[in-house]
Amino acid sequence: MAGKAFRDNAARAAGAPWLTLKTREMLEAWLFVSPTLIGFLIFFLGPLVAIFYYSTTEWNLLSQQATFVGLRNFHNVLLENPDFWHVVRNSVIFALGLVPLNMALALSLALALSRPFFGVVFFRTVFFAPVVTSAIAWAIVWKFMLQGEGGAVNQMLAWIGINGPNWLREPNWAMAAVIVTRVIKMVGLNMILYIAALQSIPRDYEEAATLEGASRWQVFRMITWPLLAPTTLVIMVLTTIGSFKVFDHIYQMTGGGPENGTLVLAFYIYQQGFKFFNVGYAAALALIMFVIVMALTLVQVMLRRRDME
Amino acid sequence: MTARRTEILYRICWTVALLLLAVPFVFPFLWMISGGFKSTTEIFGTPTLIPRIWRFENFVEVFTYQPFARQYFNSLYIAATVTVLTLFIASLAGYALARIRFAGAGLLMLFLVMALMVPEEVTIIPNFFLIRAMGLIDTHWPLVLLPVFGPQGVVATFLMRQFFLALPKELEDAGKMDGLSRFGVWLKIALPMSRPALAAVAIITFLHSWNLFLEPLIFLSSLEKFTLPLALSNFNDSYGLPLWNLQLAATSLAVVPILIIYLIAQRQIIESFALSGVKG
Repeated sequence: MAGKAFRDNAARAAGAPWLTLKTREMLEAWLFVSPTLIGFLIFFLGPLVAIFYYSTTEWNLLSQQATFVGLRNFHNVLLENPDFWHVVRNSVIFALGLVPLNMALALSLALALSRPFFGVVFFRTVFFAPVVTSAIAWAIVWKFMLQGEGGAVNQMLAWIGINGPNWLREPNWAMAAVIVTRVIKMVGLNMILYIAALQSIPRDYEEAATLEGASRWQVFRMITWPLLAPTTLVIMVLTTIGSFKVFDHIYQMTGGGPENGTLVLAFYIYQQGFKFFNVGYAAALALIMFVIVMALTLVQVMLRRRDME
Repeated sequence: MTARRTEILYRICWTVALLLLAVPFVFPFLWMISGGFKSTTEIFGTPTLIPRIWRFENFVEVFTYQPFARQYFNSLYIAATVTVLTLFIASLAGYALARIRFAGAGLLMLFLVMALMVPEEVTIIPNFFLIRAMGLIDTHWPLVLLPVFGPQGVVATFLMRQFFLALPKELEDAGKMDGLSRFGVWLKIALPMSRPALAAVAIITFLHSWNLFLEPLIFLSSLEKFTLPLALSNFNDSYGLPLWNLQLAATSLAVVPILIIYLIAQRQIIESFALSGVKG
């Protein structure tokens, strides 16, 4: 009782005589988070709810009127329009190509660069540099280098007697080119996450195992890799979600082409919504993307929980 | 002796392998700069790294082809505005979430995590209509509002919260005893102590805004309002084909200053990304 009275007095003394300390604290907290909260409601939660509405309408561009069409957009997306499944296929190929390549390279680089040696800072700086570069700039330069004739890549391949394809004009090669250049752009990020994780592993474990006569591979397989599992999981989910979000890279390098060979989900949403003005259809696509990302996030949360038990 | 020799050999092999692997990471930058100095004929001829004739005019034409100086300035001031606003809003919210136990905090955190995960592409269509209803199409407002209140702002909030959680509370309690209000404690005690976190947030926020593409593409239509990435992708001739030498010169002008800053502050910058990545 005395404590409460004291706290009430303290609140009063602080200039709000009518409030108890607890209410006061709560008001303060909400005041502190209010800019974030208001922005969140207006630019995130509102639009997220609106997506459900938009996805059930069809927009007339001339009259700017929305007509309710129920689930027709979803019917169109999933059953009528073969483009959608082509786009899903492309997105899955993109993710299946990008995620393993990115993670394997990131882990290899991290293993090589997690311990100090002469030049380690140089290499880390180099492999991370594309991460701070704009995706558009990166895509411009690679598009330039991947030209069929006179492109730097084919020129180099010619030195070793390989006749390079017209990379960005053939659907399969274009997809491969987009994946590889995206990996080079982003691998530095996962590399430093792996380096941070590796450096937090106590060296004693590995040293003890080496003293016991374990080979480098055995140390990695039996000690390092299991200890990296939580990091690997986080990186895997983030990289997968990131691969579904890729837009500027594709926009600049291939524009979704050739023959829609690199048309992926994020680009398809942009194309339908802002090029063809199929607003309802694009909203249905966005909702599907939302479900995919939420599912991936949920998988991560569940795996992590299982990991902890 | 032989063990040492194999160790040295092993090191050399590794270094050579790393150097080879570094080529696709470094070469594009060199090729970009070199291409920016070439003439159109040389661009389409047999390529060499060092231009046969250095064509400095490219770097002048970049500014006459588009209002490139204005576009450059746009990117700078928008990124600066976004950074300052994000620092303010995220450190306020992050502080409350770390220090004050209040009803609804858990739910708020849950929502923020969701906002963190959902890509901009999902909400961009309703946001477009919202911005249009506000009469802000072809202005820089959406390029400030959407990142500050979008996923990037949430990343910043979580970074700040994480930092405040690790900060010792004693100094703040002392400040409270001295009669500082909650806001005063935040401003005069907590913020000055959180410089490392503020720097990290500033770095990732600035770069994110500087490299932003989808929003400028959708909201801007007049050339003098363009930001850099949008301007760069716009160096095309009347057939829509890239004017390579101008495009590469402009790209160099946009990328090289960032690279120089990166080389000077690489440790700090890499650490900032590591922090934000671990958070996500």
